[in-house]
Parts: sequence; structure tokens; C-alpha cells
Amino acid sequence: MRKKVTIEGNEAAAYVAYRLNEVIVIYPITPSSTMGELADEWATRGIKNIWGTVPFVQEMQSEGGAAGAVHGALQTGALSTTFTASQGLLLMIPNMYKIAGELTPVVFHVAARSIATHALSIFGDHSDVMAARATGFGFLCSSSVQEVMDFACISHAIAFESRVPFVHFFDGFRTSHEVNKIELLTDEDIRAMVNEQRIIDHRNRRLTPENPVIRGTAQNPDVFFQSREASNPFYNACPAIAQQAMDDFAKLTGRKYKLFDYYGAPDAERVIVMMGSGADAARETVDYLVNQGEKVGLLIVRLYRPFANEHFVAALPKTLKSLAVLDRTKEPGSGGEPLYLDVVNAVFEAAQNKKLGAVPAIIGGRYGLSSKEFTPAMVKAIYDELKKETPKNHFTVGIEDDLGHTSLDYDEDFSTENTQGVRAVFYGLGSDGTVSANKNSIKIIGENTPNFAQGYFVYDSKKSGSLTISHLRFGPQPIRSSYLITKASFVACHQFNFLFQYDVLKYAQPKAVFLLNTHYGPKEVWAQLPETVQKAMIAKQLRFFVIDGYKVAQEAGMGGLINTIMQTCFFAISDILPKEEAIAAIKTYIKKTYQKKGDEVVQMNFAAVDSTLLQLHPVDVPAVVSSKIALQPAIATGAPEFVNRVTSRIVSHCGNSIAVSQFPVDGTFPVGTSKWEKRNIATEIPVWEKDLCIQCGKCVAVCPHAVIRAKMFEPSAVATLPTTFKHVAAKDLPGSQFVLQVSPADCTGCGLCVDVCPAKSKTEVKVKALNMHAITPLLETESANWDFFEKLPEVDRSKIKKASIRGAQYLQPLFEFSGACSGCGETPYIKLVTQLFGDRMMVANATGCSSIYGGNLPTTPWTKNAQGRGPAWANSLFEDNAEFGLGFRLTVDKQKQFAGELLKDLSSTLGDQFVDQILNASQADEAEIYEQTARVEELKKKLASIKTVAAQHLLSIADMLIKKSIWIIGGDGWAYDIGFGGLDHVISSGRNVNILVLDTEVYSNTGGQMSKSTPRAAVAKFAAGGKMYGKKDLPRMAMTYGHVYVATVALGAKDEHTIKVLMEAESYDGPSLVIAYSHCIAHGINMTTGLQEHKAAVQSGHWPLFRYNPMLAQEGKNPLILDSADPQMKFKEYAYRQNRFKILTKTNPEEAQRLMALAQGDVDKRWATYKDMAAEPASQPQKDTKV
Amino acid sequence: MSERTALDLTTKYLGLTLKNPLIASASPLSHKLETIQKLEEAGASAVVFFSLFEEQIVRESMELHHHATFGTESYAEALSFFPEPSNYVLTPDEYLVHLAEAKRNVKIPIIGSLNGFTKGGWIKYAKRIQEAGADALELNIYYLPTDASKTAADVEQQYLDVFQTVKGSVTIPVAVKLSPYFSSMANMAKKFDDAGADGLVLFNRFYQPDIDLENLEVVANVLLSTPQAMRLPLRWIAILHGHLKCSLAATSGVHDAQDVLKMLMVGANATMLCSSLLKNGPQYVQQILSEMTQWMQEREYESVSQMQGSMSQKSCPNPQAFERANYIKVLESYTYNPVKRS
Repeated sequence: MRKKVTIEGNEAAAYVAYRLNEVIVIYPITPSSTMGELADEWATRGIKNIWGTVPFVQEMQSEGGAAGAVHGALQTGALSTTFTASQGLLLMIPNMYKIAGELTPVVFHVAARSIATHALSIFGDHSDVMAARATGFGFLCSSSVQEVMDFACISHAIAFESRVPFVHFFDGFRTSHEVNKIELLTDEDIRAMVNEQRIIDHRNRRLTPENPVIRGTAQNPDVFFQSREASNPFYNACPAIAQQAMDDFAKLTGRKYKLFDYYGAPDAERVIVMMGSGADAARETVDYLVNQGEKVGLLIVRLYRPFANEHFVAALPKTLKSLAVLDRTKEPGSGGEPLYLDVVNAVFEAAQNKKLGAVPAIIGGRYGLSSKEFTPAMVKAIYDELKKETPKNHFTVGIEDDLGHTSLDYDEDFSTENTQGVRAVFYGLGSDGTVSANKNSIKIIGENTPNFAQGYFVYDSKKSGSLTISHLRFGPQPIRSSYLITKASFVACHQFNFLFQYDVLKYAQPKAVFLLNTHYGPKEVWAQLPETVQKAMIAKQLRFFVIDGYKVAQEAGMGGLINTIMQTCFFAISDILPKEEAIAAIKTYIKKTYQKKGDEVVQMNFAAVDSTLLQLHPVDVPAVVSSKIALQPAIATGAPEFVNRVTSRIVSHCGNSIAVSQFPVDGTFPVGTSKWEKRNIATEIPVWEKDLCIQCGKCVAVCPHAVIRAKMFEPSAVATLPTTFKHVAAKDLPGSQFVLQVSPADCTGCGLCVDVCPAKSKTEVKVKALNMHAITPLLETESANWDFFEKLPEVDRSKIKKASIRGAQYLQPLFEFSGACSGCGETPYIKLVTQLFGDRMMVANATGCSSIYGGNLPTTPWTKNAQGRGPAWANSLFEDNAEFGLGFRLTVDKQKQFAGELLKDLSSTLGDQFVDQILNASQADEAEIYEQTARVEELKKKLASIKTVAAQHLLSIADMLIKKSIWIIGGDGWAYDIGFGGLDHVISSGRNVNILVLDTEVYSNTGGQMSKSTPRAAVAKFAAGGKMYGKKDLPRMAMTYGHVYVATVALGAKDEHTIKVLMEAESYDGPSLVIAYSHCIAHGINMTTGLQEHKAAVQSGHWPLFRYNPMLAQEGKNPLILDSADPQMKFKEYAYRQNRFKILTKTNPEEAQRLMALAQGDVDKRWATYKDMAAEPASQPQKDTKV
Repeated sequence: MSERTALDLTTKYLGLTLKNPLIASASPLSHKLETIQKLEEAGASAVVFFSLFEEQIVRESMELHHHATFGTESYAEALSFFPEPSNYVLTPDEYLVHLAEAKRNVKIPIIGSLNGFTKGGWIKYAKRIQEAGADALELNIYYLPTDASKTAADVEQQYLDVFQTVKGSVTIPVAVKLSPYFSSMANMAKKFDDAGADGLVLFNRFYQPDIDLENLEVVANVLLSTPQAMRLPLRWIAILHGHLKCSLAATSGVHDAQDVLKMLMVGANATMLCSSLLKNGPQYVQQILSEMTQWMQEREYESVSQMQGSMSQKSCPNPQAFERANYIKVLESYTYNPVKRS
């Protein structure tokens, strides 16, 4: 008997792909990254493929690179594969045409995901695979986790038998991340599906000097066309081969698949055609409707390319009257979406060839873009539509389209949920372990009982304090409900405050169990619940239980992790297993999961289980509502109209119900919305001791979320101060008062400000000028104080010494309250740049952490000042960011030049002297830029009344006469890897752009994969055995041009240096590259003391601080200045502070020692090189007579 | 010069016969096999392995757990940050592997060392150390009773409980390394002796914290022992010698041959060398050994056992020198003598 496992879709695909390949080429992209990560982990562990050899796993610099490497490996006879999604697949397209054109068998496994258009989305739809459908690859689609494993195997068999390369795809997140109990294919099964001769044939076609051939010729009009047609027989044969492979597979496993699988009434009149995970929801609905006597059916497309017209038509029931074809993609401007057009064509051809009786009515519709829910209710709406005389074509379902009126109405209450078994919904906080506990529960039930299990997890878009909602189904039948639970028999809320923010009980069905984690006991809790919650509990007759999970966790030594505790509660009261059996199973699983980390962790969890059972209490639900407690508003009062109308609904998790007309048509959103979303996620906030404070500004500089701010104000200018509003005589501006204020509702409680605070009490040294205190008693007063603080005028920038941390604290940040991790090491740099240059700044932001915390809805942190000026921000892609930013500069330079030309033309009208002043204005510093801004305002006023075309053109570009500050921002994955080619070209251009690399030394956003910036000896995903080679010396590469300003900074090591560098870089009239040490959650560090890592990095020589300033070379000086001293500690003293390095000493101590010795060598060598370079005598400056 | 008789340097410690009384104490000296081999070559009669700390065992496990879970499962694109290894080589496991390797590569006894105070899960490592091949175990019970509600009797009982739990889990000899901070040192020593301790190692040096004046922080930095530190164990070994069944080992401040000789004379079965070897390298054992041999030969001692305890409180001509009376004498002998400036 085959083993049953509970795994996610990605693992199912990777499991088979790993066993069938020799060369696996990877690159991270959500939601496919896990496949590459698993391949790397397995190879590191020495797991073999079915031929008994461990595959090579190679990370590349981009998906384009991965496709190239796969192509090369295939051409030379290897069995090769790759995994990707979305933009990644797009980058592979050129190679896919080649691979297919050369009839090379291969399977790419794709977790299908939206392509970025008006916005990026990490979620699932078919827009990526549809964009690749013309490449000549075959496409095989899986609808469920089991199918992913099966089709991963079948697609390989088809590709090798037919020589047609394949994309095997499944829905991103819904299938790639769904955990489901499936039957595991054995190595024997997989081997049985392999025709060894075809493998040998593939090898025999390889490029080899022993039998040389040439491929990739260039052809002319005389022969290209014919050659292109020569491969037709292979495509023609492919569908039959595919069906044969499916039949072979059925013999082996009993699971039968067809190219087009029909499901439903044999005499169906209405049929839906679709592919992917939605088909499972449709299938469930068909069962329900057929039971009701409806004549409906479903045709699931398995083999999408080559599209087998005849097979398709043959699979349709003869009784068919109307057909709805569903596409999970959008092709604007097309005659219909791709699958729809394929179906129309197949039916038309069949009719034309007289192979079809009556021609059915065919309509096409779009559903499920970016993982939009697709439910039985929507399926029913489609079947209902098909009943109509003239059903709506080109419809949408799942949204309200009040603009184009494409959408179908559906009954949200319609449900086909199987009421057998348990359907449980859990509300958790990102950091509380809810999801991992639920993943364990699924495994416990899946692996210990005959029950089937399914888990799907919904995360919000913030990286700190995020909400997770887990949807778990357990039952005696295989679970095909590919949609979120709407009628739960068990609802758990792991955070008490969620009751005040979200409609937690909306999922609860009548008489469901409701479990609440709260410090209120069973007698006290009722009075603390909001009115709506009490109402719902009474109306739905819920069975109510409470546990003080944090108390149990604290007592058991588990800190803030309540995973085991809440899991135990679930098993204790959900009746899914007999209690004793359940507890034994939990303990067995705890042992299995944690044993390798030491007995202590196991014992701690055991203690938590035992203690939980004693502290879980039922609560009597009173018959009447007594509470007057209202829910918290999603958005603070005073927000602008758009925020109130649209944003607030997204914040309160009601975005699904916002109609099309409410949205911007082109993805353009207002800035400064994060300040309206008061998230209240901190449990402790910093509290200011004004008399201890030395007003140094360090706390303001390091705050990742810009929640701690300083101002100075004239006491006479303020009427009445709130009584609890703290202020003290300003040290830098006699006569003024200094205030340091925290926004408690925006603070994440990271503690970086307290860690960096240098002012300590003389009488009690542990008391600093900032200390963390519980937020609860402070929230109200400090929120009011913050509101008051915000209304105080900003400090006059002309009175501040901006080039100092002390002065910069008074500069208004134009990047605030982002969704970054608590204690983020990147955002302080961004914030500082906006403080210095924000009102004239344009930002091109590479995809990655900074584009997510910088641009993910619902609210975004880039904002503007009281004058309405602020950074203009955009994200194009991951790979093109430097080029994107260069485009900004080209526009600015060109239009400034054109504006100058127009000014000269209009000189007599505008006044020669005025025009001269504008044209010849020096804008070397902020004061001069301010003066120029005033002149341009004056110009615009004058131009408004001049009605010539030239004047109107000048008016439209007059702002370009004000100096702009172009910033190109991104992480190391972009700068060192995927975007390096572009970055290199942009700095070579000599154009005045400022590139800020937030260097975390890994791909942080996708979960910590190795980049070329990762230091040797560090463990990262894709480098599970430790990075084998040294960190790329990007700054030195940039220095080779001579005309690029290059510098490294580390805020926590030398904050004044960071400011100095940013000011120099910005003022340099040419390309600047600033590489910023950014501590990161992916380093495995204490985030509260993240800035201490900067110091250690610099002191160990790992992060030397330097500036390479081409201006110095022009003055005849050596352009390189070292700003940090000789290393004062060994690299390992720095490295072993961080889990990314330490972990290797725990998994492979000998290798750790070897790599660490080499890594020390890397550091020594780099330092010696820089030292030599800095000591070189200056060379004679080159004169460019044109400048 | 008269012909010297063969000198018998052997000594009995924890029931083990050692070729001489010079043991390398629990310290970083045993981190590397190469150093252990050098110690053996230089003549050390046994090596006490560096300590495996209770906190290390507990904390490492917790720390791994923390970093493996921190920040995970909270954001859809980054559900974890590290690859999941199939297995970890934890420090305690490494310790055992290292100890077993040392056992295979040297002939001298290897004594494992465990340092802890609670009756927690760490104690099971006593047995594992035995299974790894240790010839004996040194149990370093390191405790600072900062809780004012705890009585001396409570603290003493906890020491004994921990010892008994450890002793009960192994069959190899167990020595207890103690601090001198007991109200009644002799009574405490007796209690351990009665409880079955195979040896007492006197004394543990508590590393004391320091203040960093620049940053106003309490810092931990290790000060190596000075020769003056040997006075305390010297006195107590002298007092205890002959009153207990168990062996006595002197540690703290044993820096040269003279120190070794003094310790043996007051009754030590063995002397633990640490600071001097850290300062001078493992080969320094050779020097101490040869100087000690030379001294004994010059004075025609036949064996170590002959001198062991010869100047203990019991055997010395002026036993009060080890007691309070000596205090007055010391004070009287001390005269204020400021350095004169010219």
C-alpha cells in the first residue's frame, strides 16, 4: 500500500521533479520558491533520484538565467527542470521557444500566479501560463495537490515520449500552498512511468564533441518557414501519447485521468469548461446540483496544449445546449480569453466538419484573478446563467462590476459544504504560531487517522503584527473544497483584540464551538466582549471556551508561542479524535518535530499540553446581550474621502465587496494612507524621560516605522498643552521647547530606539531616556499627545544642521508607518533619505521587501508634507529597476532642457532678467533649491495667463526646472543578481541617479534565499549547506568606472557617516551607489538589538565603511577614503552572533569550520585591498574639455 | 652525587591511579584533541574536559527553536527564513563525540565535567558522558544564592540533591567541584563525603563581573588566577585531609612546581592546572613535572604518597596556623611600609 502523506502542492511537484532529474536550476519567486528550496535541502541531505544519484541544484541570477541554464543542460543531454511563476515564467519565454523549437523534452513546474499589470500580485491565476502558451510547450494543468503529484509524473512521461517540452502548472497558493492528504507515489511508480529508452534517446541527441552537430543556426526566408513546420508530427502525436501516459498511470495507481475529464450528468445540457483548482469547487457544485436533478456537467481541461480539438468535442455530452468557458486570466482587447477562444474554435471546426450535432451556445467568463475566491455559489450562478435564453458573454464572476456590468450576481449563502467532519477556522497573529500549529494538526489527523485533511492559510500583507486565518477541513471523504470555509463548526480566535477589529464569528455555523484565547476567565469574559460578538454568539447558539494561552505559554517557558496550547485546546474540544488519543498523538508529534532540537524543547511543549488541559474552561453563554462595547473603527477619523470610501473597507477585510467603479482605472493611488490605519500592534512602547534625554536624535534616526519623532516649538505659539504632553527646554534652540513623541498606535514595539539610546540615569543606570512600558495604560493619552504633536508646526529646515543625526531628527519623514517587520533594518535608511530630500524626490523601487512594505495595499507609507510635496514612487519590476529609474532621470534632464529652451523663446514675454535667474540658478543646496522653487511658482503663475502653445507646454514641464533627486532603491537580490546587468549599465551612463541598495545579504522578501551578496559560510535557503563562495564585491566593481560615487554605510555603526554619505551621494552630479548594511529577520538575530549587528559587522571588517568620491579624483586626490578602522575582532565573532552562520555549526560542524576559515580570508583580503587602494598615490586628474 | 632511587610519582585520585598528580583542569585546553595530546605528551596524568553547562544544554535547544520559528508563518511570501535541516549536532552531542574521540586518542584518563544547579534535564548528560567513555565525572555545582528567602540549609540541601541525582545516574566516580562560600565548609565537605562523593575539587573560582565605565555596562571578562589564589584551597585541604574518605584535588592558583608540592604536602591527591597552562602552553606540564621531580629528588623523597598530607593540619607541627589564631599572627606580621620616593 502506498503511503498517505499530508503535504502542500509545491512539495508534491518538487518530490516528483527531484526524482526525475539530474540538473535542477532554481531561482526564487513566490509562490513557487518552496519547490527550489526543497530540492536544495534534499540535495544537501544527499537524497537520490530514481537513478540513484543526487541531482545538482544550481541557483541562477534570474529566471531568464535559469531557463538558459536548463536549455544548456538539456542540449548536452541532462534531465533538467526548473520551477517558477509569474514574471519568472515571462523571463523564461525566449528560451522556451528555443527549447520547444528544438523538440527537447523537459518539464517546468509552475505555480501559476498573476502577472504584474496595474499592480503586482503574488497570488494565483493563469495569466502567466497563458502568456507562455505560444511557445510550443505543452501545458498540463493540475487541480489539486494529489493531481500535482500525479501530473508532475505524467507530464514527464509525455514530454519524453513525445519530445514536446511541458509546463506542468497548478494554481499558486490555492494548490501550491494547500496542505492536503494525498497518496505518495513510490520510486517504483515513478520508475514505471519512465521509458528508459526515451531517456537514452534524449542523451543520444546531445551536443558532444564525440559526435558533433550544430543547433541554433540562422535561417533565411527560403527555409525558415518549412523548417518550422517540420515539427508538426510531434505535436499531432502528443495528445494520444498524453492519453496513453494517463492510462498507464491509471493502471499503476487506479487514478484515471483524461485529456478532458467530463464530470456530471450524462445528459447534461449546461456544461462549464475550466481548468485548475476552481474545477474542484465546480465539481462539488455539480454533485450538489445533479442531486437536485439539474442537468449540469463540468469538463475539466487537463491537457491545455497541444489543444486536442477532437478529444475536446468528443468529451462533450451529446445533450449539451450551452457551454460556459472559464478563464482565470484577462486579456484586455482580445475577442475573448484564451481558453474560451480555443473552445469556440474547437466547436466551430467540429461543426464545420459536420462532427457535431447541434452547436451549443458558448459564453466565456473570467473568474478568480489573483486568487479571488471561486465558490460553489459562483459556479451555481454560472449554471443559472446558462439557463437563460441569451446568457451574458464575456462575463465576470466573483466581483461586482458596476462599471462594465460584466459580473454575474450570485447568492453568497449558497453552500455545498459537506457537513460530515470538522471545518475549523482559526484567527491568529503572525508571530503566535497559529499556522504552524494548524499545519501540525493536519499532519496529526492525516497521518494518524483514516480521515482526510485539508489546510489553507490566508495571510495579510503586513510583515509585522499580521493576521493569519487558517481554514482546516477534516472528514472521511477526500476533500475537494478549493475555497475558504464559510460555515465552520469550530472557530478559534487566538488574539482577544481581533474581536474588536474583525467579524470573527462570521464563519461560525449555528451551534459551532468558539474558542477564545484571553486573559479573562470564564466568569469575566462575557462582559468584555463587544456587543456584536455577544449577539452573534447568542443567535448562533455557540459553545464557548476560553483559555489564557499566554499564561500557559509563559509558565511552560514558551514565550509568546501559543501554538501547542491552542492546538491542544482544538483537539480537546473539537471531538475530532477521542481526547486521550488526541493528546497522545499531539505528544508523539511534538517529539517527532522537536526532538532534533533537543529534549528541552520537547519537554517544554509536553508541559504546555498538560497545563492547557487544566486551564481550558467552558463558558456559559447568557441568553441576553449585555455589552455596549463597539468595534474599533478601521480608519482614524479625519481621513480623506478615498481612504474612507475604499481603503477603510480593505483594512477591515471587506475588500471583496468593493465594486469595480470605486477603483482607479490605472493603478494610481493617493500617498500617505498608512497614517490612517492605526494598527495597535505593540504590547510595549517607548516612554520618554525628558530630563535624561540629551536630544541626540539617535532614536528618531533608527525607528523603522517613523513613530518616534522630535520637534521644537515656541511655547508662546501654543495656546494650551495637553496635561500629559511632555516637553523640555531645547538644547539646540534656546528659548524653544523640545519634544520627543511616540505614536503608540503605529509603534510595533521593536525596541530599537531604547537599545540605541545613549542617555542613562546617573542614579539608576538601567533607566534610559527611553524605556519600554506596557502600552495599555498609555494608549489613550499618548495617542492624544501624538495628535497634538502632529499639529505642531514642523521645525524651520533652514534653522537645522541637516547633515547631522542631531539635526535630522527635526526633518519630517515622508515615509512612515510601513508594513515592514518590527525592527526592520532597511526602513531607517529610506526614511532618512526622505527626511533629507523627500520633497523633490522620485523613487524607482525594485520589487522586494521595500516594494511590499512600500506599496502593498491597503495602506502605503510614502507620504507628502504640508505643502503637498513628497516622494513620487513607483515599482516597475524586479529585474529592471535601475533602468526604470534611469528613465526618470532621462525625462527630468530632457524636459529640463526643453523647458530651458522654451524659457529662452518666451524670454521677452516673461522678462529677460527673470528668465536668466531661473536658467542660471545654482541649486547646490536646499536654500537655493527653495529659492528656485519660488521662482518656478512665479513662472507658473505668469504662464497660466499666456495662451500660446509654447507657454502651455512650458507650464506643463516647468517643475522640471526645480532640481530633482532621483533614487533607485532595492535589495541585494536586485542589485547583485537579477538587476545587476541593468545597474551596471545605468552607473556606466554617467547620469545623475542615486542608487540605494538595502543589503540584507539574502532575498528577504521571498524568505531568505541566497544572493551573491550572501557571505561565505552563511546558511540560506538555496544554500542549505552554507554559502560556498565569498560575497560579491559590488562596490569595488562600481569603482572601476572611476566616475561613480560609491560608498558603504551602516547606520548602527556610524550614524553620522550614513548622513554624510547620503548627502554627498545626492549632491554628486553623476551616478551614486550607496550600499547599506541592513540587519534582517532572515539573519536569525534578536531584532531588538539589530543595530548592534552593524557595529560588529564593521568592527570585524565584514562591512568596511568607505567612500569613493570621484570629485576627489578631479581635485587630484585619491578618491577612496576608508571611514572605518582596522578590524578589531575576528569575522566569526560577528558571524556567530547570528543564526544564519551558527546554524551550520549545528548541522555540519566541520564544514562550518572550513567555510569560516575561508570567510575570514575573504574579509582579510578585502580589507587589505581597500587599504592598499586608499593608500595609493593620487593620479593626475583627467580633464574633459566638454564638461 | 649519590645515586637517586626511582621516584614514585603516582597518586590515587577518585579511585584512579594516576601517573602523577598533575591534571589539566576543566578549561579551553581540552577544546582541541591536538592540545589534549600535547598535554599527555608533556606528562599530564589526566585531563578534565571543559564543562558542559546546564544553561548551554537548555539554552541552545531553546535558541535553535526560537530562531527556527521566529517570524515564520506570518507573511505569505516568506513563511520561513531558513532551510529545515534533517538533524542538528547540538553542543552536548558534540561534547560527547569530542570526548569519545579524546578517549580513543590518548591513554590518560579523561574526566568529563558538568556544570549546573537545577535538577533539570541536563543531568541526563552525566550518563551520556559516562557512555562516551569518560573515566570519571567532575560535577561543578555553581550557584549564587541571591534569593534572600533561601536559607543556608536550603542551599546546602540543593547541592546535595543535585549531587545525589547525578551520582545515582552513573557508575563512574564523581568528584564535586565546590566554592568556598559555605558557612561550614568542613561540614559541607563531610556531607558530600557521606553522600558518596569520590572526590572534592577545591575550589571553584566564580568569575566575577566587571563594570565598563565608558558604556556603564556590567561586563563579563575572565581574569586568570594568580598564585595568591592557592592559599584558600591550601588551607582547606590541609584542614580536611584525613577526615574524609574521598579524594581531594587542589585547584585555583596552582602555577608551578612549588605550588604543586605545597598542595600535595597539605593533602591533595591531585592538583589541577589551568591558568598557568593557558598562559604558558600545554608543554608547561613538563617543566612543572621536572622541577617537582628535581625538588623531590634533591630532598630524597621516594614518592608522592610519602609527602601527601605531610603538612596537613593533622600532621604539621603547628595546626593552629590553619585556624583563626593564624589570623592574628598574620596581622601582626604585617607592617605598614610605604614605598619611599626619592
